[in-house]
Amino acid sequence: MGKKILLEHIDVPGIETFEVYRKMGGYTAVEKAIKTLTPDEVVEEVKKSGVRGRGGAGFPMGMKWSFLAKPEGVPRYLVCNADESEPGTFKDHYLMKNIPHLLIEGMIVSSFALGANKSFIYVRGELMYVIRILEKAIAEAKAAGFLGKNILGTGYDLELVVQPGGGAYICGEETALLESLEGKRGNPRNKPPFPAVKGLYQSPTVVNNVESIATTPWIINNGGEAYAGIGIGRSTGTKLISASGHINKPGVYEIELGVPVEDFIYADEWCGGIRPGHKLKAVVAGGSSVPILPADLILKLANGDKRLMSYESLSDGGFATGTMLGSGGFIVFDETSCIVRNTWNFSRFYHHESCGQCSPCREGTGWMEKVLHRLEYGHGNMHDIDLLVDVAKKIEGNTICPLGDAAAWPVASAIRHFREEFEWHVTHPHEATQPGAVYRGEMALV
Amino acid sequence: MEDNKPQLLKVTVDGIEVEVEPGTTILQAARKIGGDVAPPAMCYYQPLKGSGGKCRACLVRVAAGSAKDPRPMPKLVASCITPVQDGMVVENTTNPQVLEARKGVVEFLLLNHPLDCPVCDQAGECDLQNFAYNHGMATTRYEEERRLFEKRDIGPYIQLHMTRCILCYRCVYTADQITEKRVHGVMNRGDAAEISTYIEKAVDNDFSGNVIDVCPVGALTDKTYRFKNRVWFTKPVDAHRDCPTCSGNVTLWYRGEDVIRVTARKNEWNEVKEFICNTCRFDKKKTSDWVIEGPTKIARSSVITANKYRKDSIKTSEFALRLAADEYKQTDDIRDRSQLGIQQLPPERFKALPHAMDPEP
Ligand SMILES: Cc1cc2nc3c(=O)[nH]c(=O)nc-3n(C[C@H](O)[C@H](O)[C@H](O)COP(=O)(O)O)c2cc1C
Ligand code: SF4
Ligand code: SF4
Ligand code: FES
Repeated sequence: MGKKILLEHIDVPGIETFEVYRKMGGYTAVEKAIKTLTPDEVVEEVKKSGVRGRGGAGFPMGMKWSFLAKPEGVPRYLVCNADESEPGTFKDHYLMKNIPHLLIEGMIVSSFALGANKSFIYVRGELMYVIRILEKAIAEAKAAGFLGKNILGTGYDLELVVQPGGGAYICGEETALLESLEGKRGNPRNKPPFPAVKGLYQSPTVVNNVESIATTPWIINNGGEAYAGIGIGRSTGTKLISASGHINKPGVYEIELGVPVEDFIYADEWCGGIRPGHKLKAVVAGGSSVPILPADLILKLANGDKRLMSYESLSDGGFATGTMLGSGGFIVFDETSCIVRNTWNFSRFYHHESCGQCSPCREGTGWMEKVLHRLEYGHGNMHDIDLLVDVAKKIEGNTICPLGDAAAWPVASAIRHFREEFEWHVTHPHEATQPGAVYRGEMALV
Repeated sequence: MEDNKPQLLKVTVDGIEVEVEPGTTILQAARKIGGDVAPPAMCYYQPLKGSGGKCRACLVRVAAGSAKDPRPMPKLVASCITPVQDGMVVENTTNPQVLEARKGVVEFLLLNHPLDCPVCDQAGECDLQNFAYNHGMATTRYEEERRLFEKRDIGPYIQLHMTRCILCYRCVYTADQITEKRVHGVMNRGDAAEISTYIEKAVDNDFSGNVIDVCPVGALTDKTYRFKNRVWFTKPVDAHRDCPTCSGNVTLWYRGEDVIRVTARKNEWNEVKEFICNTCRFDKKKTSDWVIEGPTKIARSSVITANKYRKDSIKTSEFALRLAADEYKQTDDIRDRSQLGIQQLPPERFKALPHAMDPEP
């Protein structure tokens, strides 16, 4: 059994209410932090925990906090990134909906550490019901004296604002999120300056993911070292994984980092194996933007060792043989999946969601989508496959924000690992377009 | 007192060293050296605060971050928004990766941009034409359907043809920064994004005409001049008038005796020096309205600047271009004719190219 930190009490009836949450030990971290620790001591614990940002990039959270500029007389902000729009990723939604007070408690502890008196939770606009759940939780916490003016009589003030998002994937990119929060079009900003220096309303700002912020109560209650003791190497703690696709038990799982990928897919505790009568073909391990890996490479490293669910192990070998943990959107494909169709589908998403500010992404995402569409429907030629690789390469690394990379990687990796399948679509144009032609994908397995 | 001068920073671009003040961007430092060392810029526009970073035309490689931290930067950076550090080493035309990335940017910009230079109003003054000529490939690999838009009148003076727009945002920054009420901006996302006015409102204010000058391509055009002529048949003359609204410093574009267009004056990087008002631009088209200063010096900025692309500047491998250069070696720049003393071409030569003078289809 893996250790549970975030989802420990998820099944307790009524855990979404303040009363039950408090009874299960909730808000003790707020009391401990505000009454007995200084903000710097809280930052220190988070640093010691080694927890890395759970929004995708995996940047150490304590280090990010310590970069926050602190000019005199300028407010600082904490912004929680609850936009969560990456296909395949649905863990933050699950957490906020089921145990909203965990995020609220984390927001209070983190805001205190950063010296923020007004903090924002920017929630994906489509999730209006979650927004209402959070607002109710905030009202409860406020009524109990954990929010508002003079929290627990300590003189610390904090106002929490829930903001519905702009309804675009790009609004999850941290600087686009800040623009959107300021009421503007959600275009990513040029960096530098970084948000830690000039963020929301030109003031120093920390943007963190829901799951990242939700870890802080446990860290404060149990100490950073205890957290660092969980997990493996520099991948400390636990991670929420949203598992979907052709598995027996799709869902959100909390794993201790370091679990073998094979166990995660096949053990009953987690995904419960591939659906009956089918076999594993490929996995997208960290949300749609990370490189796809074929069955053999996702289970084993290039040297033959078991691949583990951790930042380092998943990225072992770079993009040649590895991928990324990303936001933890674990999408499993069995042999009935058509990689070309799937790649086209991902590509369709990035084309639709590009903000359109920089030319490689604005034009390149649409180009890739159109070529993939042709290939999928049997109108491609061999030359198109190399063209896709080259277009992906011309986007990657040349854009303002990482959405360009996110659009390029799935295409480049699918061709790297499943080239025969793209070629098969060219050589078998009629079969490729047959509805329900399960066979389309099997080529790559032999 | 003299010691209070800020410490100058040393930057090397393509092997040439230059000293600049702190806060200077790589692009500005390179422009200080001048020539080919200056990266191309499609979205950056020096007079517009906050512009730059979008088109990615100006990507360069930083081979050494600074003297203190000489590590190279992992990715190419947009030179127009990246400040220099002391001891920075920049590779512009000397780095194949940079040239490859720029080739990509040209190709991306031309995916949806029609190659209708023969009928486009901006031909000869088009930054994209220059950029494509200097950094692009001769062919495109794009076979898909292109983005199309209806032409739109946005107010009495300006027409927008989004088909040609490269979404550089220059016009948006211009409207934001020099006019009072901005009514136009970017709508939609990705390659569905478009410059538009709020429910087709008119762009109607004293300085609106400047968006035409800043547009690097032919997307925003002057309705009072549109398709009246080709820029290379006109002669620019610097002039000024006593204007209560703006500086009144302009360029008049003559065809024969007539002023057919008025624009702001531009620097060698094709950027407006001082924005002008609509009265000067649209309503003062008589020589008697102006005090004439003399012929405008056309700097390096245009493809059509005389002798910019001479036969001997074309690589031997580029056979087709050499042929073209041979054939058209006499097609000089009319604006420099007075200075060069070259004979006027017989009018039949122009008649042989009817499409160049035709109004846009
Ligand atoms: C296109 C794009 C979309 C993103 N969407 C999200 C998101 O929905 N939620 C999130 O937490 N981070 C998202 N990120 C990452 C954020 O920019 C940022 O790195 C993160 O919120 C930082 O939080 P962390 O350090 O706690 O991970 C996105 C990044 C990009 C480039
Ligand atoms: S990479 Fe794409 S999403 Fe990001 S700023 Fe550029 S166009 Fe917008
Ligand atoms: S209309 Fe012209 S200036 Fe405006 S964004 Fe398009 S290309 Fe740039
Ligand atoms: S000029 Fe630098 S990115 Fe456009």
